[in-house]
Amino acid sequence: MEITAKTAQQLRLTEEEFELIKQKLGRVPNFNELCAFSGMWSEHCSYKNSIKWLKTLPREGGRMLVKAGEENAGLMDIGDGLGVVFKIESHNHPSAIEPFQGAATGVGGIHRDIFTMGARPIAALNSLRFGKLEEDKTQHLLSGVVHGIGHYGNCFGVPTVGGEVYFDPCYHTNPLVNAMSVGIVKAGQTVSATAEGTGNPVMFVGSATGKDGIGGASFASADITAESVQELPAVQVGDPFQEKKLLEACLEVIQTGAVVGMQDMGAAGIICSTAEMSAKGGVGMRIDLDKVPTRQPNMKTWELLLSESQERMLLVAQKGREAEVQRVFEKWDLPCSVIGEVTDDGLLRFYMNGELEAELPAEELVLGGGAPQYERAYREPAYFSKIAAFDASTVPVAEDLKAVAGQIIELPSIASKRWIYTQYDSMVGTVNATTNLPADAAIVVVKGTSKALAVTTDCNSRYVYADPYKGAMIAVSEAARNIVCSGGQPLGITNCLNFGNPYDPEVYYQFVNAIKGMGEACRKFDTPVTGGNVSFYNQNPDGPVYPTPTIGMVGLLEDISSRMTLNFKGEGDLLYVLGNITNDIHSSEYLYQVLGVKYSPAPHFELEEEYALQQKLSELISAQLVRSAHDVAEGGLFVSLCESAFTDGLGFSVASKDGIRKDAFYFGEGQSRVVVSVALDKVAAFEKALNGFPAEKIGVVTSGDVVVDGEFWGNIESWQDRYDNAIGNQLAKEEAGSALSSI
Amino acid sequence: MKFGVVVFPGSNCDRDMYDALKYDLGQDVSMLWHKDRDLSQFSTSDCIILPGGFSYGDYLRCGAIARFSPMMQSVIEFANAGGKVLGVCNGFQILCEAGLLPGALLRNANQQFVCKNVYIKNQQDQVFMIPVAHGEGRYYADEATLDQLEANGQIIFRYCDENGLLTADSNPNGTIRHIAGICNAKRNVFGMMPHPERACSGVLGNTDGRTIIESMLMASELAPV
Repeated sequence: MEITAKTAQQLRLTEEEFELIKQKLGRVPNFNELCAFSGMWSEHCSYKNSIKWLKTLPREGGRMLVKAGEENAGLMDIGDGLGVVFKIESHNHPSAIEPFQGAATGVGGIHRDIFTMGARPIAALNSLRFGKLEEDKTQHLLSGVVHGIGHYGNCFGVPTVGGEVYFDPCYHTNPLVNAMSVGIVKAGQTVSATAEGTGNPVMFVGSATGKDGIGGASFASADITAESVQELPAVQVGDPFQEKKLLEACLEVIQTGAVVGMQDMGAAGIICSTAEMSAKGGVGMRIDLDKVPTRQPNMKTWELLLSESQERMLLVAQKGREAEVQRVFEKWDLPCSVIGEVTDDGLLRFYMNGELEAELPAEELVLGGGAPQYERAYREPAYFSKIAAFDASTVPVAEDLKAVAGQIIELPSIASKRWIYTQYDSMVGTVNATTNLPADAAIVVVKGTSKALAVTTDCNSRYVYADPYKGAMIAVSEAARNIVCSGGQPLGITNCLNFGNPYDPEVYYQFVNAIKGMGEACRKFDTPVTGGNVSFYNQNPDGPVYPTPTIGMVGLLEDISSRMTLNFKGEGDLLYVLGNITNDIHSSEYLYQVLGVKYSPAPHFELEEEYALQQKLSELISAQLVRSAHDVAEGGLFVSLCESAFTDGLGFSVASKDGIRKDAFYFGEGQSRVVVSVALDKVAAFEKALNGFPAEKIGVVTSGDVVVDGEFWGNIESWQDRYDNAIGNQLAKEEAGSALSSI
Repeated sequence: MKFGVVVFPGSNCDRDMYDALKYDLGQDVSMLWHKDRDLSQFSTSDCIILPGGFSYGDYLRCGAIARFSPMMQSVIEFANAGGKVLGVCNGFQILCEAGLLPGALLRNANQQFVCKNVYIKNQQDQVFMIPVAHGEGRYYADEATLDQLEANGQIIFRYCDENGLLTADSNPNGTIRHIAGICNAKRNVFGMMPHPERACSGVLGNTDGRTIIESMLMASELAPV
C-alpha cells in the first residue's frame, strides 16, 4: 500500500507531522513505522501540546530521588533507607465507553507503574467525576466504574484508602477516572526503565498479546463523539489475578540482581516500551516479534507493536543470566520469553519470521527526543465576562438556613460516598490507619517503621473553571491542608491534568493558567511535581469538561503517634475556626447547586494566608493543643462540623459571627480555614499559642444535639442518616423506577 | 505451637496473617508454597492457615481450583489427622470446596462486594468488631445440615449488632442464620468470612482480632457449648 499524508491523518497524525517523519527517516515510512509514530507521537505518549508548560513546574528538589518524568513514577526519600513511589493517571476515554474494563485497567496500569520500579504498592486512591446522579447514563457509568475499580483492586490486593467523587453535568459524556498508586521501595532495590549493554537479552514477560487496546493511546487523544463506541476494541481488558502474579514475580526477580532495566507495557504497548527504554539508555534493540506470545494467530506487525494488552512487562537482563530470570517467572506460572537483544546503534529493528518489518531510530519516537513539541495559542475564555459580572450583594441571604443545610448535606458531591467505598477493599494489607481513626488525609502505615504516609487527592474543578490560576493553587493547597490536618508534612505531588481539546484556545488558556497556579503553590509548599499525566480531549460536541487538574499529594509522619484525627472527642470541648472567616459565597455548593448560580468567581484565597494557616496548625497539633482538626471544604462550615460530629455521634452548638452573612458563615467556601476542637483544660494554652493568628471561637461540642444560632436543628443521628444514605437512596429510587417501567 | 500460612497464587492476605501472628501475637509462623507438599515440620498441635485473597483468580468458583493444589492434599491429610486448620475468607471458601467444612459460600445477596467493619459474636456471646471484605460470603447449607451444625455447636460466629442482637441490618451479605463462621464436628477445622488478622494491630485502632485468634486456635479446646 502507498503511504501518504492521508494514511497519516487516518492514524491521527497531521500532515506536518507526516512531513517531519519523512524528514527524520530520510524516506517514506512503511505502514508499520507510521503506526509506531502514530502511537508514540499521540498526545498521550508525547505530551506534545503540554510539555513546554509542564517544564515550568518545580520538578526537582526536596526529597526527590529522580527528576520528574525520568522514570515511570515519582520517587521520594522518606528516611530509614526507604523511598515512596507514587503516581496518578487517567483512564477517562476507555471508561467513557466501557466503564468496567476502562476503570479496571486504569487501576492495573497505575499499579504496574509503581512495581516496575521495584516498589510494592501499598495504597490506592481514585478521583472520579460523573454527570448528574439522577441520569441513567451516570448511574450506568458510576456502577461500572466502581465495579471495575473494586474488581481489579480487590483482587490485586492493594487497599483503596481514599479519593473523591464529584457529580456535575459537565462530566455527563466525559467522565473522569483518575487512579493513583503509592508504593514503598528499599533504597538500592529500585529498577530503572533503561536498556543498557549491547547483547543483553530483551525479555517479554506476563500475559500473551492480543488485539485489545490497539490504538488506545491515539484514541485517548481525540474528543469523545457518538462514533466513539466503534472504538471499543481500543479498550483494554484486564486480569487482576495475572497482575498479582506479575507483581510478586517482578519483585522477586529484582532480588536475583540479574535485571538491567524494566518497563511495563501500557499505552502504545511494545513500541512504547522498546523505544523509551532504548532512547533512555542511548541504545537500540533487535526484536523478533514472532517470539512474542500471542492470544490469537496471525497478528500483524502493527497490531503487535500497538496492542495494549494488559499485565505485560519488558525486561532487559544481564546476558547469561536468562535462566535465573526465567526460573522466577516459571515459579509464578507466567510466560517469559527472550524476544530480542540490545544493540548499540540506537535503532529499533522489528523482525517477523526473519523479515525486517520496521526500522526506527528510538530517539526520534520519544518525548524529549524527536517527538514534536508545540506551543499552542490561547485566549481568555468568553465566559469570564459572566463570572466578572456576578455580584453577591444581589443574592439575598436564604431565609430557611436549616432547609438549605438539609439540601446541601444530601448533594451527591457532599454526601457520604459509603455506597461506593464499601465496594472497595480498603483494609487489605493492614496498613490503612484511617478505617477506625478517620482523618482528612488517609494515613498509611509504613510497616517495619514508626512512620506513616498521609495521602490525598484533591481538586475542586468549579473553582478552576472560575479562575484557572487560583483554582489550581487551591487544589494544591487543599491537598497540603488535608495532610497537615492529619499531622503530616507534605512531601510532593503527582498531577493528573484533565482538560478539553488543546487546540481550543480557551481550553488552552485554562491549561496554561492552571499550570502557573499549580507551580506557584507547589513552590510555596515545597512540594515538587514528581510526575503525572496529561489527559486532553475530555470534550464532546457540547463542549469541554471543567478544567480538572487533580492533585495527588503524599505527606510524611515521622512517627504515626503524631497523627491528628477529624472526629470530635468529647462533649464540652470548644470549637474554633482557625483562619479568616470571609463574607464569601462564591462558587460554593450553596450558590451553585441550591441557588442555581452557574457563574461566580473562585472563593476567597490567598496563598500566604494558606501557608500561615498550615504552619500554625502544624504547631498546634505538635503541641497537642487540639483534639480534632478538619478543614472547611465543599459545603462549607456546617458540613465540616457534621463530618467531625458523625463518627462518635456527638453534636455541636455554634453561633455565627457578626458582620458575616449567615449563608456565607455556614455554607461559604472561602479557603484556608480549619475547624479544631479544644479540651477545656487546654483552652488557655491554645489561645496563647495562637499568638495573634486569626481564630474565632464558634461554639461547643454537645452530646448529640445540633444547635445553630440558638435554634435546635435536631439530633446528629438524623443528619447522619441523610448524609449516609443520600446516594444509596437515589440509586435505589432509580432502580425501583426502572423495575416498574419494565413490568 | 507453630503456624503455617499457605500462599496460593492470588492469595493477598497471606502477609497480613503472617504479620499479625508474628508481630502482634508473637507467634512462630512460616509461609507455605502451594506447589509444595511437605508439612513434616508441623505436628497436630500446630495450625495451618488458608488466608484470604483470590486464589487462582477465583476463576470457575471461589476456592474451586485451590482445593486441587498439591499443598491442599497435605492440608487435608493434616486436618484428618486432627491438626488445626483455619480458613479466613477465601480460605473458608477453599475449606468448603475441599469438603473439610459443610456448606458453600454464595454471592452476597445484594450482588456487591462489601468491605467494612461488622460485629460478630462467639458462642459465649462475646461481641467483636471485625472487618469483612468479600463478594461471595453468604453462607448456605441445607436445613438438615444447619440443624446439625446448631445441635453440635459448630456455628462459632454470627453477625450481630454492637449489642449482640441478630438484626437484619447487621447481616452484611444475607447469610443464612447470620452465620459468619463454622467449625467441623471434630472442632479442629475452622472457617470464617471476617478477617481477624485485620484487627490485631494497635496502630490500626482495633485489636479484637487477637482475642479471636487466641481463643479459637491457642486455647487447648473450644469452650463447651
